[in-house]
Amino acid sequence: MKSENLLQIRNLFIEGFYENQWNTIVDDISLDLKRGEVLGLIGESGAGKSTIGLAAMGYTRQGCRLASGSIKLDGMELFGASEEQLRSIRGDKIAYVAQSAAASFNPSHRIIHQYAEGPVQHGIMDYEQARKNAVKIYDRLFLPDPEKIGLRYPHELSGGQLQRAMVAMSMSCEPDIIVFDEPTTALDVTTQIEVLASVKEITEKMNKAALYITHDLAVVAQVAHRIMVLRNGGLVEEGETRRLIKKPKEKYTRDLLSVRTLSEDKNDEDKTDVILKVKDVYATYNGVDNVLEDINLTVRRGRTVALVGESGSGKSTLARVITGMLPATRGEISFLGQPLSPDLKHRDKNNLRRLQMIYQMPDTALNPKQTVRTVIGRPLDFYFGIRGKEAEKRIRDLLTRIELEPAKYIDRLTPELSGGEKQRICIARALAAEPDFIICDEVTSALDQLVAEGILSLLQDLQREMNISYLFITHDLATVKAIADKIVIMLEGRIIEQGEKKEVLTPPHHEYTDKLLASVPVMDPDWLDNLLDKRASTFLS
Amino acid sequence: MKPVIWLILRRAGFGFLTIIVISLIIFIGVELLPGDVAETVLGQNATQETVEAFRKALKLELPPHVRYRVWLTDFVQGDFGRSLANGREVSGLIGWRFANTLFLALTTAAIAIPLSVMLGMMAAFYRNTLFDKVISITTLSFISFPEFFIAYILITLFSVQFNIFPSMANINESMTLVAKLHAILLPALTLTCVVTAHMMRQTRAAIINVLASAYIEMAELKGIRRLRIIMRHAFPNSLSPVINVVALNLAYLIVGVVIVEVVFVYPGLGQLLVDSVSKRDIPVVQASGLIFAGAYISLNMMADILSMLANPRLRQSQTS
Repeated sequence: MKSENLLQIRNLFIEGFYENQWNTIVDDISLDLKRGEVLGLIGESGAGKSTIGLAAMGYTRQGCRLASGSIKLDGMELFGASEEQLRSIRGDKIAYVAQSAAASFNPSHRIIHQYAEGPVQHGIMDYEQARKNAVKIYDRLFLPDPEKIGLRYPHELSGGQLQRAMVAMSMSCEPDIIVFDEPTTALDVTTQIEVLASVKEITEKMNKAALYITHDLAVVAQVAHRIMVLRNGGLVEEGETRRLIKKPKEKYTRDLLSVRTLSEDKNDEDKTDVILKVKDVYATYNGVDNVLEDINLTVRRGRTVALVGESGSGKSTLARVITGMLPATRGEISFLGQPLSPDLKHRDKNNLRRLQMIYQMPDTALNPKQTVRTVIGRPLDFYFGIRGKEAEKRIRDLLTRIELEPAKYIDRLTPELSGGEKQRICIARALAAEPDFIICDEVTSALDQLVAEGILSLLQDLQREMNISYLFITHDLATVKAIADKIVIMLEGRIIEQGEKKEVLTPPHHEYTDKLLASVPVMDPDWLDNLLDKRASTFLS
Repeated sequence: MKPVIWLILRRAGFGFLTIIVISLIIFIGVELLPGDVAETVLGQNATQETVEAFRKALKLELPPHVRYRVWLTDFVQGDFGRSLANGREVSGLIGWRFANTLFLALTTAAIAIPLSVMLGMMAAFYRNTLFDKVISITTLSFISFPEFFIAYILITLFSVQFNIFPSMANINESMTLVAKLHAILLPALTLTCVVTAHMMRQTRAAIINVLASAYIEMAELKGIRRLRIIMRHAFPNSLSPVINVVALNLAYLIVGVVIVEVVFVYPGLGQLLVDSVSKRDIPVVQASGLIFAGAYISLNMMADILSMLANPRLRQSQTS
């Protein structure tokens, strides 16, 4: 009685409640998924890909509802099924891997108990059996010490390990389908490879069907057989992976494929004056262990220095040291030729003004109770004492500069804006201080690809017009290639390589730089397999 | 991260410091009371000699900082001094009444804590339904009435109308436990009505807050039953605010129940304190004040330490 399609969705409409009415957020989607097949769902945020993934489990988030259509899982209609029926298939027949494993594991329980909870509660096996299975799967996914790792609490694992533990957990009931919802988005490139390898292990070697949701076309190309491109809840195009990457039919897909462009090289490095000079800087959090050691770097006027490294390499700490939030224990920081006091409290207002910062999370960097006018007007008042009409005019100028229409945005509250718009407001707030130097801490990593692209080109335009310097902190090498003039690579609190972009990106590299560069997915379906083969062979030899 | 044992020791250190500060405040507060103690106690007809003798016996001629030191050293050794009103040992006077206060507080806690945590969980489970609203409105109404009003309503109902429970909660040492419980049931119920709303609403809010977490959605997507999600996934992570509100209410039950004690003529420490203040019985006032402060501070300290232990990050940090 098994139908050929494990999952069959027909004419699915899903509605979300906002602005006081029901709006269509998934618009007439149909899809089929066969046994052993991986279907990639790709699109920017708001494309409805997660909503579709969850709908495949008969689940909608708060404020959403399934409006019409049909969702058949292995012949069983989920549309209109009772809560108890849905509960019995979730985890058992179809399992879910969430974007942030760190948030999706319960902090109060050990990993193994969370693994075993599904099979035990569904009455499939007892705890001891589940534990044995878990050890086997942990081993297959190359988690260290598979016998004991399950006894740890979530906070005792690294991000990549946690994500693999979550992939393992999705397998606990041996489901037919797994929904992967952006499982690598929160990870840095080297960790992403580990997780992608475990996704491949499960879908190919263990023959599970999967929906793979992501906004990164290069990532989905590694694991999916077919890809559906979504936009605003509707289907843009669908096709076999290799065909879609080679010959996209729609313009939107081509845009997604071609966003990574290089900026022109600037080679007059020595002619411009030095804005920031960091010399022999050391810093520590606890007074004993140095988190930064022997840091030397210079930033010149109108140039972008990219600071690259994995999470925990000390990039953000260096930003804290430069801004003075974490005073350096040794070494000297000079700004425009003048030595800067290591401690923020002893710096004068003028220096504070000329050195601004933009953060990773525009949501938390903006006060949700303030309007755009207040947010941008504040530095004008604080640094220049500009208020009233004059301030109004400046705010409007700044909004025009960041390509947001003043009349439309000036009175909006910050939570009403999209992620990309919020980040633009953060940029305008930094610009209001008329800085010489801006530290950009992972400013695009929380944004979708095309939105991030817009922010990057805005930053570059502003640099050209106003001759601002950037220190650009990121773990994304694609961003680095796109905008950096100079690259500084950090590992474990030290700078291991730095130089002009061309120098650093052309071989020979430092061993670690090589690993970083090789870990960036490229738009080639065979890239992951080749890389894993290569690593395996070097490991054996 | 620092080992949790250090956090606990530091917290205990702060608790100790707070008690010292409070003992100072109590001492100074009593010093500042207007009028001369000896004259007030002995009355206007006392002769100069008796007043002098009285002052000597109380060491009132010594400077305040010396008296403070002597008082505190004696206090920690268990010597609370003698009552001025009747010359009895303060420890004997207080001990029995403090035990009564604790007995009433613990009985109330035994009813109120499980009740309010259960109600809070259920309100979170059925949130925004009729059930949730009924619980919220009922408990809120109870907390909105003054406690003596609730006390009189309960007396009218259960003592006057039906005559099941006594209106006077007068207990003594010769009574059996059952008899004592029977006697104090009405005050315990009154206090339950007062504290339940607070704890229940905090539990509900803490659980609902946690229910928005990604790991709760994950548990739902694993096909776990709603009730189990609340009990096993949400509750352990909302323990910290719940522990804190429980400790605050326990502290209230020990130190803040004087009105209920008066209404039910219950021989507790609160009533003794009020009597002693009006009689200028300073050793008793100081001793009971310090005992109350000690109870309050140690309960809050325990709440903080338990919250630390309920967090696996802090609990584990000593091993990793």
